[in-house]
Amino acid sequence: MPDFSNPHDWLPWAFASLMGLSILIYVVLDGFDLGVGLLFPMADRTEQDRMIGSIGPFWDANETWLVLAVGLLLVAFPPAHGVILSTLYLPVFVMLIGLILRGVAFEFRAKARDHHKALWNRLFFVGSAMTALSQGFMLGLYIMGLEKSLATYAFATLTAISLTVGYSFIGSTWLIHKTEGMLQQKSVVWARRSLWGAVTGVLTVSIATPMVSDRIFAKWFTFPELLWLVPLPILSGVVLFALWRLLQQMPKPQDRQNWLPFAMSTALFVMAYLGLAYSFYPYVVPEKLTIYDAAAAPESLWIILVGALCVVPVIIGYSILAYFIFRGKATDLRYE
Amino acid sequence: MEALDTLILSRIQFAANISFHILFPTITIALGWVLFFFRIRFTQTGDDKWMAAYRFWVKIFALSFAMGVVSGITMSFQFGTNWPGFMETVGNIAGPLLAYEVLTAFFLEAVFVGIMLFGFSRVPRWLHTLATGLVAFGTTVSAFWIIVLNSWMHTPQGFEMIDGVAHATDWWAIIFNPSMPYRFVHMLMASFLTVAFLIAGVSAFRWALGDRSREVRTMLKTGVVIGAVLIPLQMLAGDKHGLNTLEYQPAKVAAMEGNWDTQPNVPLILFALPDEEARENRFEIGIPNMASLILTHSFDGVVPGLNEFVTEDGQVLHPPVAPVFWSFRVMIGVGVSMLLLSWAALWFMWRRRDQHVGRTQGHRLAVEGLPKILVWALIPMAFSGWAATLAGWYTTEIGRQPWLVQGVMTTDMAIADVPAPMVLGTLLTYLAVYAALLAAYIGVIIYMARKAAKGDDAHTAVPIHATGAMTAAE
Repeated sequence: MPDFSNPHDWLPWAFASLMGLSILIYVVLDGFDLGVGLLFPMADRTEQDRMIGSIGPFWDANETWLVLAVGLLLVAFPPAHGVILSTLYLPVFVMLIGLILRGVAFEFRAKARDHHKALWNRLFFVGSAMTALSQGFMLGLYIMGLEKSLATYAFATLTAISLTVGYSFIGSTWLIHKTEGMLQQKSVVWARRSLWGAVTGVLTVSIATPMVSDRIFAKWFTFPELLWLVPLPILSGVVLFALWRLLQQMPKPQDRQNWLPFAMSTALFVMAYLGLAYSFYPYVVPEKLTIYDAAAAPESLWIILVGALCVVPVIIGYSILAYFIFRGKATDLRYE
Repeated sequence: MEALDTLILSRIQFAANISFHILFPTITIALGWVLFFFRIRFTQTGDDKWMAAYRFWVKIFALSFAMGVVSGITMSFQFGTNWPGFMETVGNIAGPLLAYEVLTAFFLEAVFVGIMLFGFSRVPRWLHTLATGLVAFGTTVSAFWIIVLNSWMHTPQGFEMIDGVAHATDWWAIIFNPSMPYRFVHMLMASFLTVAFLIAGVSAFRWALGDRSREVRTMLKTGVVIGAVLIPLQMLAGDKHGLNTLEYQPAKVAAMEGNWDTQPNVPLILFALPDEEARENRFEIGIPNMASLILTHSFDGVVPGLNEFVTEDGQVLHPPVAPVFWSFRVMIGVGVSMLLLSWAALWFMWRRRDQHVGRTQGHRLAVEGLPKILVWALIPMAFSGWAATLAGWYTTEIGRQPWLVQGVMTTDMAIADVPAPMVLGTLLTYLAVYAALLAAYIGVIIYMARKAAKGDDAHTAVPIHATGAMTAAE
């Protein structure tokens, strides 16, 4: 824990926590709507409209968490921002093109003439896939310490696929919650299939991360820290097993517990994320720059922190309001 | 040599991205407020023409908003991928300003735009109106913060340099830096003018296609009136902004005027080909003494010249002249045509006010009064605001060169160490994607206007009564 009497010590820590929190919220929230985009080609036309309906009111705000995360990296750790983003130049570029295609396809598909709709549908999928794959690729390179070699690229390719499957998984659990009938049954099947991909991904990352760095290995496998850490994998295993059983029984009569798969997959994402965060703390550029080396001047961090503490609760408040307003089963979207 | 190539390519790439991006906020800032106005008029009058106007433009708003969001995300990443030196040097200033933009504006817009677009039948009426207002407010707050940062780059103050890194000393001075109020007002009015002519142009297009619906009349009048009222105010604001620039960035004004030597009795140049090699203008046509009068409010006032900004060892500290000179003239040209067209349209509509068709009598404007040629002239003006806005930004941004932050750091100090071919490759891809999206955007607006003009827009057919259930259209 940081020393709260010394701003040079706790301010970077506070900002790393804020940034970590917004990345986590981003991964879960945009994760499910990217996932819905990834599942797009497997649905028919009416189902696609319904799938869009399930994420339409949310995707924009979900993506804003990415802007906040990269913004915090930019403002709180400027040198790290430069190093990370110029090293990841190409995957970032692919992600941006993906985000552009996906975001506009969303709007265009609803407004373009009918024979163009198929094109925008395809671009919606392509954009979602580019975004998910490049994010997974960047995750892999980050875990590998941003080193560029054939082995790290191979690993990054693996994480790219895993994260993409992981997003499809959380996306299908979202659809189980938001849809009904045939589409819901399809979503259950998608969830069952993609669950294994997600598990493989988490396992690979969990095994690879301590292998890459002695420091991370030491952080996990020393006494007494081990005692505190053991519950994390055990709990993940329990949730995973429960989720697997649950998906066998879905959808339940009267559509009971339709929200549970999404809640459990969110829990899985959170635990995997916490594990990663623990491994890399206090580094913001793995093994090169700590959050303390990279932090911006305290007077600038102060003014952002004051703003963030006032505004973030309000943001969370009205975000919850939006999810509340659009609760229940999705309908086809109409501008009205 | 390679550094130079990366520099110029990165500059083109950033210029391409920000030019593409600015098109859409320019629309959403003012269109948000116009939609709020339509929404309130509907609540007040219960007249469904206001709701029909709302429905038509909210779709274009949604599309523009999405385009703005995705191109904005690109911008935020490009700081790091292409210009790491910028944040490393002035991150302590720029960081908090950008953070406040995200915190106070982006989330507000992004969350309430969902309710605004899709919540009509799910939330109480007041909440839908409030959501529309909050989205408009959010876009304006967003513009405020980004203009603060941009203005600070032109007129920096309230900081000190420690070991080559800027540290904030006075946030009030940073936020209310000398050029900020002028730039903010100028940009907000540019946004309203862009939207005014977009609405007028698209409505004129529908009118030309034979659409005589009540909402098309209302929309056309709204557009023309906003345009006619704001364009003289915008010219006044532009003049004040120019005088502010003269005080803080005289080299930019010298380039805008194409004035090489510091001298009195400077003419207002209407046409010239500035030649930086020979350091003179070719084929110059000007009005004697006018530039002196405009800039100093005296016929023989002394106006700074470009040669003043060349150091003794030959280093050029003024911007490239021709692009600034010509961008400025494009902006002025579009502004003048906006003035002529909107006032002409207003006059003709007022003159034939007795031909007004509508529910209420005694109206002061009638679209019937517009001569055909004016209707046709308004159509290409639909995107004239874009041209003026881009030209204005090119004037001020190229006019700041070679500085990135005036007097603090030059643009080449911020560049990333990325191989030139990589920048070129990504640049070409961006250009291709942007060109395609721009074509699709304009194409969809034309398609929607045609569809609405034919009257087969499903929503306009559904009767809505202010007093009735808001779920009528569901």
